[in-house]
Amino acid sequence: MIKIEHLIKNYGTNCAVDDISFEVEEGEIVGFLGPNGAGKSTTMNILTGYLSSTSGKACIAGIDILKNPIGAKKMIGYLPEQPPLYLDMTVEEYLNFAYDLKCCKLDRRTHLDKICETVKIKEVYHKVIRTLSKGYRQRVGIAQALIGNPKVIIFDEPTVGLDPKQIIEIRNLIRGLGKAHTVILSTHILQEVQAVCDRIVIINKGKIVANEKTENISNIMTSNRRFNVKIAGPQKDVLAMLRALSGVSYAESLAERDGDAYTYMVETDFGVDIRKKLFYALAERGWPMIGMEALGMSLEDIFISVVDQSEESKTTRIVPQAKGRKRNQASAPEQEVGAALFADAQKKRAESALSDTDEEDED
Amino acid sequence: MFAIYRKEMRSYFINPIGYVYLGIFLVFSALLCCYTTLISASYSTTTYFFYLIMSFIILVPILTMRLFAEERKLRTEQMLLTAPVSITGMVLGKYFAALTMFVSGVLVSCVNLIPLYVIAAKETSSSSLVHIGPATGQIVGSLVAVIMIGAALIAIGTLISALTENQLSAAVITIGVIAAMILLNVLNQITDSSGQPLIGVYAVRFVIDWISVMSRYTMFANGLFDYSALLYYVSLAFVFLFLTVRVYEKRRWG
Repeated sequence: MIKIEHLIKNYGTNCAVDDISFEVEEGEIVGFLGPNGAGKSTTMNILTGYLSSTSGKACIAGIDILKNPIGAKKMIGYLPEQPPLYLDMTVEEYLNFAYDLKCCKLDRRTHLDKICETVKIKEVYHKVIRTLSKGYRQRVGIAQALIGNPKVIIFDEPTVGLDPKQIIEIRNLIRGLGKAHTVILSTHILQEVQAVCDRIVIINKGKIVANEKTENISNIMTSNRRFNVKIAGPQKDVLAMLRALSGVSYAESLAERDGDAYTYMVETDFGVDIRKKLFYALAERGWPMIGMEALGMSLEDIFISVVDQSEESKTTRIVPQAKGRKRNQASAPEQEVGAALFADAQKKRAESALSDTDEEDED
Repeated sequence: MFAIYRKEMRSYFINPIGYVYLGIFLVFSALLCCYTTLISASYSTTTYFFYLIMSFIILVPILTMRLFAEERKLRTEQMLLTAPVSITGMVLGKYFAALTMFVSGVLVSCVNLIPLYVIAAKETSSSSLVHIGPATGQIVGSLVAVIMIGAALIAIGTLISALTENQLSAAVITIGVIAAMILLNVLNQITDSSGQPLIGVYAVRFVIDWISVMSRYTMFANGLFDYSALLYYVSLAFVFLFLTVRVYEKRRWG
């Protein structure tokens, strides 16, 4: 449905988008993720025809946005970062204007009614936009994007500045839209993409650093690589033992204390399950394990590591980010194995989530 | 294009700006008509139209300042530029909305001239051989010229509004440019004590005359319908609208 090929956008000498290529299938919800200034908005602005690319191609349903801008724009509903609202109009006037502007052919009354119902702005329909709260303004912006039933809907940070309840509502709304429309969503809120999107594209400094199905990323996140283990025993000895255990890439003692038991954070190499081994090792020494909790890896960790890695080197690897902590250098090669998940995104997408897990186990 | 035209027309009347413009224009033109014709006991409308054009220095920027500057500031232009409308359509929609306001003001202000005809009708009944009253042909010619000058000046204001992000700076720059275009030929008329023109070089005088909007208006004031001047005003409007479209094209590639 959306096809971007080798897109480049330069602002003078500053390269905002640097050779981006990706595709979005029909009915897919894609999350566009990246730090501020990564080129998300620029890419979206090019897709919607607001900006022109320096080189490269952007097609909406096979129509090149540069060659036939009006044809392509008819397929797109766009909510920019700042909703383009005329503050002195009422919601009714505004939506009617958007309807006229998009040369919409659907029945005006029923179409606008339906949209207002979907985004829940019926109660403010006759109010002047200036008097509306941020949440309502955002929803009016979304309503505007939905007019004309466009095939592709593009949201640039749709939940910024909303309260948690509104955020959940808007996310549900977007998920609902994904059934009938193709949606691209940009955000720097990670839970958002996790909750809403089928696929995540991470972009940093104008380059795509990861392009992966959300479920694959979730697999990585839930693969047990980090544990909090509560062990009763001499703190120093236990820590030394943990660090000596094969498969452990990193261990530290946390401040938490429960009687004579201390809590330790253990991080393992990629694809290694140390739980049984750890149990037997502790049993051998007579240090009872009071508790064990898998921490998983948060999307934040993935995001930060992917972004950091892309800045350090061209190859993308997933490394759980232990902020400010010293890292066990010896484990670096093994970490790269896991990194293949992201680096080789194209290949991975073809494989099921199950085979991913199998592969990890074999490693 | 029609959606944008309608939206602009509506916004002139949602905001006070449309009323302010029409109010100032009608009050000013009525007073002007009083002073130049009724009070000075004259049927000649030459001075009336001359000063009416002068008033455009202030009035045209009121119409044009917000056209693009406001959209840019509020980021609403993003909606227009991502909608299935060409840039030319957007510019023309806005331009014609401003032009409609302007033309309706000028047409309504024609009621100012009714008293002249009423008085003339009374006077004609006593002496029938000589034409007494305002020269209708000259008035119509002047009206057409006034509207065409307005059309050219609004195009200039449109371009300036597209170049700025702030309504106020758009207004100030537009006032400056229009004032220059209208008043420039006054320089040619200034003479020193010996009666010699202040600007002696013919080439400079020629250029000033060429740029000045007013120098072309004198024909109309004298009752001659000057097609070449009309062509000049139309071309001026066309060039500045074209430049406005280019400004937006260029910004996209920026």
